[in-house]
Amino acid sequence: MNEIIQSSLSLLWPELILTVTFVLTLFSQFVFRKAPMRTGYVALSGFVLAFLLLGTQSGSDASVFGVMLAVDPFAVFFKYLIIISGILVLGFSLQSEEIRNNAEHAGEYFAFIVSMTLGMFLMVGASNLLMMYLSIELVSLSSYVLSGYLRNVERSNEAALKYVIFGAVSSGLMLYGISLIYGLTGALDIYSIREVLATGAVMPGSWAYATLVAAVILIIGGFGYKMSVVPFHYWTPDVYEGAPITITAYLSVASKAAGFAITIRFFKVAFLNTISANGTWEILAGMNWELIIAVLSVLTMTLGNLVALWQDNLKRMLAYSSIAHAGYMLMGLVVATDNGIAAIMVYFVMYLIMNLGAFYVVMVVAQKTGSEDIDDYRGLAYRAPWVAGAMAIFLVSLTGLPPTAGFIGKLWIFAAVLSKPGFVWLAIIGVINSVISLYYYARVFRNMYLRQGDEGETRTIHFGSRTIAGSLIFAVPTIVFGLYFGPILEWAKNSVTLFLR
Amino acid sequence: MDFPILSFITFLPVLGLLVILLLPKENHRNIRGVAVAVTLVQFIFAIFLWAGFDPSLAGINAESGMQFVERMQWITIPKTPWFGEIRIEYFMGVDGLSMPMVLLTTLIVVVASLASFSVKKNLKGYFAMFLLLDAAMIGVFCSLDFFLFYIFWELMLLPMYFLIGIWGGPRREYAAIKFFIYTLLGSVFILLVMIGLYFSTTDPSTGFHTFNMIAMMDPANVASDSIFGGIATTARHLAFIALFIGFAIKVPIFPFHTWLPDAHVEAPTAISVILAGVLLKMGTYGLMRISLPMFPDSMLYFQLPIIILGFINIVYGALVAMAQTDFKKMIAYSSISHMGYVMIGLAALNPQGMNGAIFQMFNHGTITAMLFILVGVLYDRAHTRKMSDFGGIYNKMPVYSFFTVIAFFAAIGLPGLSGFVSEAFCFLGAFHTNIFWASLSTLGIVLGAGYMLWAFQRVFMGTLPERWEGLKDISVREILSLAPLAVVVVVLGVQPGIAFNWFSNSMNHLVEVVTSSARVAGLM
Repeated sequence: MNEIIQSSLSLLWPELILTVTFVLTLFSQFVFRKAPMRTGYVALSGFVLAFLLLGTQSGSDASVFGVMLAVDPFAVFFKYLIIISGILVLGFSLQSEEIRNNAEHAGEYFAFIVSMTLGMFLMVGASNLLMMYLSIELVSLSSYVLSGYLRNVERSNEAALKYVIFGAVSSGLMLYGISLIYGLTGALDIYSIREVLATGAVMPGSWAYATLVAAVILIIGGFGYKMSVVPFHYWTPDVYEGAPITITAYLSVASKAAGFAITIRFFKVAFLNTISANGTWEILAGMNWELIIAVLSVLTMTLGNLVALWQDNLKRMLAYSSIAHAGYMLMGLVVATDNGIAAIMVYFVMYLIMNLGAFYVVMVVAQKTGSEDIDDYRGLAYRAPWVAGAMAIFLVSLTGLPPTAGFIGKLWIFAAVLSKPGFVWLAIIGVINSVISLYYYARVFRNMYLRQGDEGETRTIHFGSRTIAGSLIFAVPTIVFGLYFGPILEWAKNSVTLFLR
Repeated sequence: MDFPILSFITFLPVLGLLVILLLPKENHRNIRGVAVAVTLVQFIFAIFLWAGFDPSLAGINAESGMQFVERMQWITIPKTPWFGEIRIEYFMGVDGLSMPMVLLTTLIVVVASLASFSVKKNLKGYFAMFLLLDAAMIGVFCSLDFFLFYIFWELMLLPMYFLIGIWGGPRREYAAIKFFIYTLLGSVFILLVMIGLYFSTTDPSTGFHTFNMIAMMDPANVASDSIFGGIATTARHLAFIALFIGFAIKVPIFPFHTWLPDAHVEAPTAISVILAGVLLKMGTYGLMRISLPMFPDSMLYFQLPIIILGFINIVYGALVAMAQTDFKKMIAYSSISHMGYVMIGLAALNPQGMNGAIFQMFNHGTITAMLFILVGVLYDRAHTRKMSDFGGIYNKMPVYSFFTVIAFFAAIGLPGLSGFVSEAFCFLGAFHTNIFWASLSTLGIVLGAGYMLWAFQRVFMGTLPERWEGLKDISVREILSLAPLAVVVVVLGVQPGIAFNWFSNSMNHLVEVVTSSARVAGLM
């Protein structure tokens, strides 16, 4: 027993560091009573340490604590994404006036970001249904608190409440689905589930099959809620709009990444049998979940894009756009070959950069103008050329136009879909959706460049060099990865290995 | 290694852009100077390119026929068991098809930068976008790797959006977004076909999938069990249609043309010049570079519908042009009509038609550029484009009218000017292939003469309304932007052999590629 724990823990350095960081951050607020924002630096140093120690996990393809938690290249890839966006979000938070103005509880704020990150680290590796459930709950509970952090702001309270209610419902659904699967297969870890399914115990037409379908749909409910996939997306716009923008940014990138990672692992390990070296696979138990995912993907991107057309608040528009992006990424899951999964991973890298960049600009602009309204972006290009230019780059990238990172992400997703026979229609819906999305992204740069602000609002907005540097940190890679994406593609390709018992 | 002249021509504007970004905003003189200098140097280098160009090499589907080739590995991802090696190349080269287009683009861009002097607002941004557009256009014509082609192709959209949207007329926002959405819709279909072609094609030298356009043209490289494998399959026809829509939106071919009049009317003069002079050619260039050699079977299958679409473009464009009261809108619709000639020439699939098509592309570029500059000159002075507001300009602005006469008669297709030769060849080809639709299309010439002469009569003849007593004749700068075009129009009208010499080998070879592979397939 001790040996298992010892050998397991030696593979979990980053997670251990995050746990310690959580405690330290929480206690450090008693030390920094006068300057509570300093607790952020405690969290930040913990994150940087965890980032560095992630190196100890790279290359390992193992499972710890029995088969609770996989430590494989796939998980490590997503952990890198999460910790990088975590570090960036902490950087945002330290600059954010929303947080500064409510700094008396900054210690808790930063501590919960750490616990949320820890939860996501566990999510991407979880290979036991209960572990999956617990890690999702850890992330959810932390994010409920964080989205209600601005306790004097009604919207923020509303966001937290809605989040809790929707979250409770979907985790309830998921738990029910887990119990059905347990009843059906007698197993909780995905490897054993796979073995049972592979015996052919559950075949189409039987009651067991119907139960399996129901269970999978219920579990998709739980995952879909994290990925904000239609029809489990209802919380997204309100929470994204109400939560502090730093948290919105974090939810839209890291939490979504963890949601995708856990979904991919669940389906890929439990339901797929790889039958050849080039990644061709067959579905175990004949369950046609790929069609379910394809339909969800179409619904998600179409609804996200269509509703985004009508938004006037930029944060809310980005919320719907992030729903649409979840839809694009789901297309990769439909394929579920190594190819498709690598495409999702590439997409996430690109999405991380451009989406965090866009939220960063929204944050700094709101701090100067006090508004997140798209209409208040009129003439921004002439008032703050650097920041507006960066924003234009992010928006072009979110639309998926070359030569930006977003194009590369979409390119590989579409390539993956087209490499699978019978899903050309999905690719066509996907590209038409990205044309639709152009309209609302273009609205923002139309306001920034084509229009002028009202009288008296033509003064130059001065942003500090730190802010400009901050937006360049995102804008430059958005262009560079659009033109030279070899290393990212290679990294993703080398990281698709999932631990299989 | 030789001097990378194609990259130089392509990226020189980007360099100019950076210089302009460093200049202070108020320094209009230097900003204009840099822009004109950059485009001039570009043009001079394009002439060097032309001088060193060997027209006897056909190119098209033969890599050995490509000239000034630059080839570099751009993205290389080592092989994995489940996904072959990924290779994307920076692969540039010109042949008889792209050479005239590069020359045309550099010429038009010089002219357009001179015509941009009337722009006053935010000059720095204007020329930055202008030069970015310039780079993207040349890039499209020189790329031989589909991926590279697509990047340049899409790179044109954003500068164009801003150029129309910021510096355009009263309805500029509407026109700009309409242009943007229309063309993006077209290009995403091209994207899907590009990906499909990538998975279908194997580069024989590496054994992996490739974006190399020349490899894509060889049916032997397309695996028979891949998505675009086989001959005249439904998948191939659908792919051809998707590509066709993508390119047709750019040309524009009826019924995808509705963005064009809006964009032209709202765009500033110089941008209209580029739009009509170069951007419309992208569509037919794409058909010639990609659709025809890669999908010859489908081209043959859809030959008749394309000829009919060409006919509709010619007659419909001419009829609508006739109904216009706005000078600029009339020319915009006349562009639609004239691009119809390119379509019937191209779809005729014989040497006469194909040579006529590319020559018409070149001539339409120069002639329409002249027409748009002329309209711009008048608008700058009168601030109206309504033809009924004018009359009797001939006596007031004799030099201006002299250039107008050349441009109008060239557009009508008067022998001795370049438009005549190319239209004649398009019709020659079309008659050979389909006498019925070709004869109906000749209606366009009559209608063309009708609306052009009528417009000329309304604006230049008759009595001069009093309000235009103070109109000044054309300035030296404006003459400088018109004269080179006029010279090209006259010289190529008198001696078209110069032009045919550049491209006829390539064009004949293109026809040969399409028809021979179709013959092998038993479709002809």
